Amino acid sequence: MAETVETPTRGDVTASATPPSGIPPLDPTAWTCPAPLRDHPRIVMGHGGGGALSAELVQHIFAPAFGGEVLAQMGDSATVSLGGARLAFSTDSFVVRPLFFPGGSIGDLAVNGTLNDLAMSGARAAYLSCGFILEEGVELSVVARVADAFGTAARNAGVEVATGDTKVVEAGHGDGIFINTAGIGLIPAGVDLRPQRVVPGDVVIVSGAIGVHGVAIMSVREGLEFGVEIESDCAALGGLVEAMLAVTPDLHVLRDPTRGGLAASLNEIAAASGTGVVIQERHVPVPPPVANACAILGLDPMYVANEGKLVAFVPREHADAVLDAMRAHPLGGDAAVIGEVVDAHPGMVVARTGLGGTRVVDLPVGEQLPRIC
Amino acid sequence: MKYIDEFQDPALARRLLDEIRATVTRPWALMEVCGGQTHTIIRHGIDQLLPDQVELIHGPGCPVCVTPLEVIDKALEIASRPEVIFCSFGDMLRVPGTGRDLFRVRSEGGDVRVVYSPLDALRIAQQNPDREVVFFGIGFETTAPPNAMTVYQARRLGIRNFSLLVSHVRVPPAIEAIMQSPSCRVQAFLAAGHVCSVMGVGEYPELAERFGVPIVVTGFEPLDILEGVRRTVAQLERGEHTVDNAYPRAVRPEGNPAALAMLEDVFEVTDRSWRGIGVIPGSGWRLSPRYRDYDAEYRFSVTGIDTREPAQCRSGEVLQGLLKPHECEAFDTICTPRTPLGATMVSSEGACAAYYLYRRLDMKKTAPVEASSVG
Amino acid sequence: MCLAVPGRVLEIEERDGTRMATVDFGGVVKEACLEYLPDLQVGEYAIVHVGFALQKLDEDSARQTLELFAQLGMLQEEFGDPWEMAAEAGGLPLPGSGEAAQEAQR
Repeated sequence: MAETVETPTRGDVTASATPPSGIPPLDPTAWTCPAPLRDHPRIVMGHGGGGALSAELVQHIFAPAFGGEVLAQMGDSATVSLGGARLAFSTDSFVVRPLFFPGGSIGDLAVNGTLNDLAMSGARAAYLSCGFILEEGVELSVVARVADAFGTAARNAGVEVATGDTKVVEAGHGDGIFINTAGIGLIPAGVDLRPQRVVPGDVVIVSGAIGVHGVAIMSVREGLEFGVEIESDCAALGGLVEAMLAVTPDLHVLRDPTRGGLAASLNEIAAASGTGVVIQERHVPVPPPVANACAILGLDPMYVANEGKLVAFVPREHADAVLDAMRAHPLGGDAAVIGEVVDAHPGMVVARTGLGGTRVVDLPVGEQLPRIC
Repeated sequence: MKYIDEFQDPALARRLLDEIRATVTRPWALMEVCGGQTHTIIRHGIDQLLPDQVELIHGPGCPVCVTPLEVIDKALEIASRPEVIFCSFGDMLRVPGTGRDLFRVRSEGGDVRVVYSPLDALRIAQQNPDREVVFFGIGFETTAPPNAMTVYQARRLGIRNFSLLVSHVRVPPAIEAIMQSPSCRVQAFLAAGHVCSVMGVGEYPELAERFGVPIVVTGFEPLDILEGVRRTVAQLERGEHTVDNAYPRAVRPEGNPAALAMLEDVFEVTDRSWRGIGVIPGSGWRLSPRYRDYDAEYRFSVTGIDTREPAQCRSGEVLQGLLKPHECEAFDTICTPRTPLGATMVSSEGACAAYYLYRRLDMKKTAPVEASSVG
Repeated sequence: MCLAVPGRVLEIEERDGTRMATVDFGGVVKEACLEYLPDLQVGEYAIVHVGFALQKLDEDSARQTLELFAQLGMLQEEFGDPWEMAAEAGGLPLPGSGEAAQEAQR
């Protein structure tokens, strides 16, 4: 896991972007903001890991530089009003090694990742943009395979690729193919999905087995290879979200737990809503190959990436009906209630362990690293 | 996974807990030596389930935490060299040296790679004959045989561009050092099962006798930990102090003879400094003179390193069980897993990081959760 | 220290003069060096740490340990398990949690 950010850099700003030239380098000794960047005067991989380091980068560099009320929402996608319509707008960049992995490729991922960000605001995705950054020397057949996967994924989701761009960087300055996508979609009336709407008593539902994508990617990663019959869960979740909203538009918040896994999504929601989240660990669906791969590498499945799962915070009175609707959908067959929202320990996620103890599920710091001890 | 899942069974855990409850009559302080055991205890909330009389002190058995600062600084220096590919277990990348860590070296252009096995590093050396490949050989008696075999193979296969930066440590001298500390509170040890899988149990009877402490070889799954505690408490209550094996499925009294022979060939015992604790005589291994050509300390003469440990860090007292992590003034103020002062805040087995993660909860007074935490 | 897990040997082969095995960890297959367990056979279990099999896992011993645990506190069972009763009294029921538990355990 060392050298790659396995999943896309998520959110509205990419952590792996090179700062434009002309900006003076930061002088760490003159830096006045409290601690965060002082001990890392340069970008480290953890800044793209979706955890605390990523959050600090956005909070201390990008947000102050950009400003703006819309950005301050800090959701997976932004909600904007334009000509009387409520739109969801999102962008996402994809740096994946290897480009092809069991169950998908960077092409599928680049489409589904952005579509899922839109879906998490309840929007029906309409248009996508795509920017390809190609490394000199990449075989055309590889580019064609990725483009084909990209187009197929978009068509399957009923979304049109409306605009695109291509750049080439010198050999050694890229990782084969990087892709950026942006998407827009219309948010139906009555739908308002935000962590601020989460209240104690809400029920936490996950749409299926966790950790599948991350383990599929790790299994083919250089230096870590292992054999496992598991494929990435990469999928567009728009249809599942529509089925859930058909039960009630009054869902409180949705997230697709990509980088940082379920733990990162739950922590973001707990922090933004000022509530506590309690998870029943034995109810969290972890397939045996995921659990066992994590056991060997010393990882916690709660921190492993997903690309076709969502976590929903649902008012208690609708929970059973929403769960039924999810299970009736092909992408939600293994949906499960995993916990609830409480007013104790605001901002913290706590798991009740299988043995009956409790533990804190913290925001991951940076990259997840295999342990030996 | 077979032989893991069965040893996490909640119903059997309750039986063991009930048995411990029925046996214990007064307070006892047990030290689990191994960081992997600390991880299991915290990960499953076992410390909260034990009766109040049983106190678990987290021992110094996390190799990441005890690797001395000067060795970390040497690693950082070597990893910064352009001709070097520096390979390490993932745990070591975040450990702070003087002012920086291996992540930072990588961000400054160093070629630092995480590997699963030292054999992966050897393969990288074969694939990159024009580069110097250095493996960071840390760990206890469990990890020493893999590293020893890798050096042995490098020599056998004539792979000249491979070397090992060694900082191996041994458990028995650490137990001795802990027991000799005047303020020692430890009354019994849960010995590290996988260390004993390699070494056997021959080194422990003398320690149990000399210091009058039960030493129970203990495994790593929740039921293993509870069984180790159960047997230890039973001995303490009876006033006994013998060596007992609560992990017989993976530990034979004689250990692994082939691994012991390899250790004898490749390494020699040396004094070793433990981060935060100081030098413990005879507590480490270094490459024996026969393998000096594969010793990174000799291959790269690293000098002029200014090693400085932050003054506020009291990890040494924590590692010796003299201070609970949250009693340290720096804990959760200037020292967090994000900005660790010492290695005990880095590794998820480090006592401070474990406390930070799982025990902040207690300090936030979470009565409602605790009330419903049974079952 | 020492994250080591039990795996079952699927295949054994010599490579570069080294005895290597393909080991199954509950559906996850990885290679391990067998030089330290020269007598280990296909079908047997070993404790594997950083790509090395370090000790044979004694399956009989594992079974005996579990049987011992199962026999602890047999007396209490006749009167009902106080933990389970406490859990039923104190636990917060969640919608669909019964089904969810079954899903999770599948």
